[in-house]
Amino acid sequence: MFSANTVIGQPGSFAKEGAEAAEFKWPAEGNTTVPDWVYTSPEVYQREIERIFHGRSWNYVALEAEVANPGDYKRSFVGPTPVVVSRNTDGTIHVFENRCAHRGVEFCRQHRGNAKEFVCPYHNWSYDLVGNLQGIPFKRGLKNVGGGMPKDFKNAEHGLKKLKVEVYQGVVFATYADNIEPVAEYMTPEIRKDFDVVFAGRKLKILGYYRNELPGNWKLYHENLKDPYHATLLHSFLVSFGLLVAGSKSAMIADPSGRHGTMASAKPDNVEGVVEGKAEMRAYREDMKLADNRFLDYVREFDSPWSVTMQTIWPNLIVQRELNTLGVRHIVPNGPHSMIMLWTMFGYEGDTPEMTQHRLRQGNLMGPSGFLGLEDNEAIKFMQEGVRRSTSSAGILKLGGATEGTTASLIDEAAIRAMYRHYREEMGL
Amino acid sequence: MYAGYDMPAMDAKASRELRLEIEEFHLDYCHTLDSGDLAGWPEYFAEDAVYRVTARENADAGLLVGLVYADSKAMIRDRAFAIQHTQMFAPRYLQHFVTNVRVLTAEPLRAQSNYLLLQTLVDGPTTIHQSGRYYDTFVRSGGRLLLKERQCVYDTLLIANDLVFPV
Repeated sequence: MFSANTVIGQPGSFAKEGAEAAEFKWPAEGNTTVPDWVYTSPEVYQREIERIFHGRSWNYVALEAEVANPGDYKRSFVGPTPVVVSRNTDGTIHVFENRCAHRGVEFCRQHRGNAKEFVCPYHNWSYDLVGNLQGIPFKRGLKNVGGGMPKDFKNAEHGLKKLKVEVYQGVVFATYADNIEPVAEYMTPEIRKDFDVVFAGRKLKILGYYRNELPGNWKLYHENLKDPYHATLLHSFLVSFGLLVAGSKSAMIADPSGRHGTMASAKPDNVEGVVEGKAEMRAYREDMKLADNRFLDYVREFDSPWSVTMQTIWPNLIVQRELNTLGVRHIVPNGPHSMIMLWTMFGYEGDTPEMTQHRLRQGNLMGPSGFLGLEDNEAIKFMQEGVRRSTSSAGILKLGGATEGTTASLIDEAAIRAMYRHYREEMGL
Repeated sequence: MYAGYDMPAMDAKASRELRLEIEEFHLDYCHTLDSGDLAGWPEYFAEDAVYRVTARENADAGLLVGLVYADSKAMIRDRAFAIQHTQMFAPRYLQHFVTNVRVLTAEPLRAQSNYLLLQTLVDGPTTIHQSGRYYDTFVRSGGRLLLKERQCVYDTLLIANDLVFPV
């Protein structure tokens, strides 16, 4: 069910969403303790939109391959704010708010399409592919009865609200910030390294979309992918079929600021040899075998020591390279208790039909029905309900001590702590 | 006309018996799923069956991705096994309703039907989890129908959190 269908424990009916959180005083323990109000308070949420999504950050909005031709457009979001991503006749990509300058109508309704211009359906104001106001019907009124816009009304001053855009390795980012470093610098070399493995030099072929509402705070998705500890415990499938176990070669990489991350692991060639702590992994079952093994094959198509990299690019992008299944997840914050997840799955131009088939098969791991994906959605939902409805006030992040940043161990929460160090700076908390 | 809807149905009289047979297939298939018999679910498929659940936006655009994607009965069996033995999710009940069966061709036997999937989380209300359409191709084996291909195309593009059980 959607969070709007909640009957028991409705959002808006708990103390932690209001007064108690108003002081916003971070616990004295520092980043080893995360107060529940970061997930439940509407005030915190509003500040996040203002300072993070609409602040000095690069937000993912589209893949260039989705708007390949002049006139191609995509309905997208920056934070919770609806935008349109459009390719102009000269090949440049533009991002503007999906709000008519006249009365505020969210004019673009199709997820994707191709257009010569954008026309607001209400009063037919029209905009070109870069968001400039072109035409206003009856601008000069009618000859005999008058009406129309004032003589000094200038179309040039009433275009759609435009965002700054940058395309990095075929991935389109937008920002409300006037003064911000280029995307490559924002992402940092530590994160670019694995990002480029997926995107540099190869043209993407879009394989399709999933969309879901996830009834949890948007930060929980970042945390989940900065939390390698859960991977071997929640995801029986990974463990049972030897894709990842506690002793796998792995790393949880954080950029110096702590906001971005790469969870990386190498699929072991011999599971039996590396399984350490079997007894501690409830999920591990020696008797389990897949009937169709092709699904687990890893075609070594990348110049990387890792067979899996899950990247969190602050504040709204996940890049998934799970063996040969590839995709991006766009996080759209939707109030403190909800996020919308927009998934775009892809392969590469030039993939053989067999390779495409392989990617599609392996796609069963991820997404809202994925062997791993649906478990994350369930766990995040449970966590949101727990922090909203309980009387305790904070969670514990003490695995690995109080260190912040990159770790080699999976049994560590240093990357989440690093994220909160950054978050607190950005939020003034 | 929308993609997939453009194929004419067979003459009503000629298809009456086939339609009844397919409706009975749906009855059994839904009964198996709604009664929680996951291990019985793969038995409705041929060995080389294709089973895909995908959003209508993908089907309409010819995009191949599946929310669930299997191209063998073995993969369908693995999916059933994973749901039963490896996956963590909140307890829930599902009910499938299949109607509007249209038989398109007798040889091969192809049909389209509408489906509604109702989901009830044990601590929540009953909600329409998916509204969609089956695009089916059947084969006969030992006197019974088996799915050679089932494309479950859902209109409910925005999924409420996840899809756990088969459609």
